[in-house]
Amino acid sequence: MRILGISAFYHDSAAALIEDGRITAAAQEERFTRKKHDSAFPHNAITYCLAEAGITADGLDHVVFYDKPFLKFERLLETYIALAPRGFGSFKMSIPLWLREKLFQKSLLRDELKSFAEDFDSSRLLFCEHHLSHAASAFYPSPFESAAVLTMDGVGEWATTSAAMGDGNRLEIFQEIHFPHSLGLLYSAATYYTGFKVNSGEYKVMGLAPYGEPKYAKLILDHLIDLKSDGSFRLDMSYFDYCTGFTMTNDRFAELFGQPVRSPDQLLTQFHMDVAASIQSVLDEAVLRLTRSLARQTGSRNLCLAGGVALNCVANGKVLRDGSFDNIWIQPAAGDAGGAVGASLAAYHIFKGQPRKPNGADGMSGSYLGPGFAQAEIERRLAAVGARFAVLGEAAMIDATAQALANEKAVGWFQGRMEFGPRSLGARSILGDPRSPGMQKNLNLKVKFRESFRPFAPAVLREDISDWFDLGSDSPYMLIVGDVRQDKHRQMSPDEQALFGIDKLNVARSEIPAVTHVDYSARIQTVHRETNPRFHQLLSRFKELTGCPVLVNTSFNVRGEPIVCTPEDAFRCFMGNELDLLVVGNCVLWKSEQDAALKQEYSSAFELD
Amino acid sequence: MLDFLAELWRFMRVRKKFWLLPILIMMVVFGGLVVLTKGSAIAPFIYTLF
Repeated sequence: MRILGISAFYHDSAAALIEDGRITAAAQEERFTRKKHDSAFPHNAITYCLAEAGITADGLDHVVFYDKPFLKFERLLETYIALAPRGFGSFKMSIPLWLREKLFQKSLLRDELKSFAEDFDSSRLLFCEHHLSHAASAFYPSPFESAAVLTMDGVGEWATTSAAMGDGNRLEIFQEIHFPHSLGLLYSAATYYTGFKVNSGEYKVMGLAPYGEPKYAKLILDHLIDLKSDGSFRLDMSYFDYCTGFTMTNDRFAELFGQPVRSPDQLLTQFHMDVAASIQSVLDEAVLRLTRSLARQTGSRNLCLAGGVALNCVANGKVLRDGSFDNIWIQPAAGDAGGAVGASLAAYHIFKGQPRKPNGADGMSGSYLGPGFAQAEIERRLAAVGARFAVLGEAAMIDATAQALANEKAVGWFQGRMEFGPRSLGARSILGDPRSPGMQKNLNLKVKFRESFRPFAPAVLREDISDWFDLGSDSPYMLIVGDVRQDKHRQMSPDEQALFGIDKLNVARSEIPAVTHVDYSARIQTVHRETNPRFHQLLSRFKELTGCPVLVNTSFNVRGEPIVCTPEDAFRCFMGNELDLLVVGNCVLWKSEQDAALKQEYSSAFELD
Repeated sequence: MLDFLAELWRFMRVRKKFWLLPILIMMVVFGGLVVLTKGSAIAPFIYTLF
């Protein structure tokens, strides 16, 4: 049975294909259209999924959409009615859009799908609730026979937080917290207040938090959120504007904190770092209370997480260390893109009652579910764009890359199938030497064109993780934060210790400063031979050369750009920034050997995120 | 369109939301006016609220 899952029309459109319960292809539309968070119907992603399986749309048994438009419309309407006459400005803008387009999503989807199969009819089209899609994306691909499932995001139809129990092929949501009370929207409100873009700047708030002190955590708990001991919560909506207005927070919110909303071009101060630290600590506490009560309620030792909030790897690390659950598995595409995978799996197991057979490994294949390119194809494509490259054997290519990394070169690494989800995991990555004290600044400012405070993540050989990090679990999807081991820390002088805020950034804090955050934490990716043998080989060779089994691993893009998808995208990005070396399959490209005329202005090519 | 109305009816029955019906009818009437007068709607810009 072949089922196609679709997520679209809000943000991060994506398509995923499952064949007899196995996820065989998944990709986000933004990677093809080169438009970050593209929300359009995922034509390209669907075309790719069908091509990967070698079928046409006639070969699909069902197509499943990841949420239910009528329910969402009901929520909108009831919210406007409950709060009328406030919100009339927002009402008169959004309702016509719904009445013209969004309410007719079924026919819209059917018409779009007809471009793939002329006789496509509505009977093959199914809809799955938003949080059930998230829960299914967390549980069904997990390695567990049974598990508690927690999903948290901004909002789906009504639900913002759901607790579910999965067992075999069954998955039942037994508790929900509804809009407008939402941990995701609370975090987004802080993102907006600190001057970042809602729905993409949340990572920045998380990255900024360790530079501050959680001075306002009590203020938030006293005024903004009523957090109960079981993790349930209510927000005081008199501080927020998102139900009726066009912003996340209102004047009362700003008065509470004592400063106006930061505009994006305004300097980040210690105040903003303290707000970030405070909202992060409140989120950590809320998630911990939720997971503890879920463990008590279900008695399960396994936990699955999904929803946008599950991308908060700091909170995930706290849940892991808390010990309420022995094992945690997080869907790598925890945001709405992953809803495409979840919707198709929910249709297969729940709607169609098909059995599920977990085999001890997870079903995401390392999240390498996107397009891949054969060596001959790579050479043809690179030659067509005027690239000058050498083709090396496997061992020579690995050795040349490891040597360059050991010499502190910034390397673009393009291998195998593209990752599904927001993280680069060694298929479309920019790599660097984590031992180099200047690497973080160099990569941020010259390669990625982004703020210098943004932390980088380490990729570490699975076998060597305990030598470098305190993390009692695998973290193949870079979704859990753990500490760099104490014996790798570097003693700081009293002067260095007295530094505050961003000044802390320039102090090397461990043997691998480029990936050690100011609180000694790191967002770890464990690299496994089984899922990415080439990346594993590269790390092994780098370890032979340097004694260090760790590399800086960041997404292959610049600020505001979707991660590269094709060899041409990779070459364009390579020629637009300060990368020294690009490795695509077995092709090795040095910047110094390229035609200077192909260099291009790239830093302003994409809208800031 | 008939499919759509039948589905909307089924939705209201399952959700027991018949009280939405008069509001919906009013909105369709006014919505029709908006469409006829080519009123504009801005693109959604905060989360999935719209």
